[in-house]
Amino acid sequence: MSSENQSASGRAEWPLWEIFIRSKQGLDHKHVGSLHAADAQMAIENARDVYTRRMEGVSIWVVESKYIHASNPDDAASFYDPASDKVYRHPTFYDLPDELKHM
Amino acid sequence: MPPLLQYTLHLADDALILGHRNSEWTGHGPILEQDIAISNIALDLIGQARNFYQYAAELANEGNSGSVTEDSLAYLRDGWDFRNILLVEQTNGDWAKTILRQFFFSAHQVDLYQQLMTGSDKTLSAIGAKAYKEVVYHLRWSSEWVIRLGDGTEESHTRMKKALDELWKFTGELYMPAPYEQWAAKAGVGPDLSHLRVRWEERVKEVFVEAGLSYPPAEWMQTGGKEGRHTEQLGYILAEMQFLQRAYPGCNW
Repeated sequence: MSSENQSASGRAEWPLWEIFIRSKQGLDHKHVGSLHAADAQMAIENARDVYTRRMEGVSIWVVESKYIHASNPDDAASFYDPASDKVYRHPTFYDLPDELKHM
Repeated sequence: MPPLLQYTLHLADDALILGHRNSEWTGHGPILEQDIAISNIALDLIGQARNFYQYAAELANEGNSGSVTEDSLAYLRDGWDFRNILLVEQTNGDWAKTILRQFFFSAHQVDLYQQLMTGSDKTLSAIGAKAYKEVVYHLRWSSEWVIRLGDGTEESHTRMKKALDELWKFTGELYMPAPYEQWAAKAGVGPDLSHLRVRWEERVKEVFVEAGLSYPPAEWMQTGGKEGRHTEQLGYILAEMQFLQRAYPGCNW
């Protein structure tokens, strides 16, 4: 086996990064997916190549996946159900002017 | 053949052949994300080549029956008609060699296209303006990889040095002007290569310092590609690239 193959099989995987892209000025960054990269700089460039080929974005954020902390799906009942009968928490009683976008 | 046509073909051939070389990585990249990156660069280059070939076809058809097309220029010319530099036809080798070849070429192309933009030929200047932004990214991407590998592990550094040994002798041709390039500089269509050379050396030295690579001393350089004298590598590329059009003339899908 060539040294190339050996080093490839013994290689540590690059860390995983979560990618957030803002499609237009004024909008939020949205999660679009994840990819592997050796560091933040490479993650941004990889994101540019993987996720903005069709002009999807004007700004890219990357976060190493290990720094994302997620809620536990088992907690769903105590986390979310209590809100479901409290409609007064929703600002649905206002009429929004048509000029307001992205609400 | 008028010098403007030769010059345009030279620009087209450089872009097409390097684009084709890079496209050989598609599906074989070291990691999915870089497979996409090198394929994007391949597509950019082939897009540039198409623009130049379309213009070349227009020039070639002036005052005759008009049978030349971008496809006939890419698929039906033989090796000695191609005016690409030897650097771009060299084999991919490993990732280090592909990266370094791209870096050497992008470090040249970025200033070349910028100068084309201000040149006196409207079409070439428009193509240069469109392609310049693409090349800025190619240069950035390949520079970072040269630094990453040169200043990486012992193995990546060794591979980068080997790539440098293999490719350096093909860099001199970038700045040895062919007659049509001398014409272009005089006519204000293209840049004076001796000016570009200074910028190229600066760019390469800057990146090499960061990459921990030493800038090689002046040595004998391979030349000939710009006037159709190629290494054996071009023949293999054309055999693969042109096979379909030659076996099934005019076919498409």
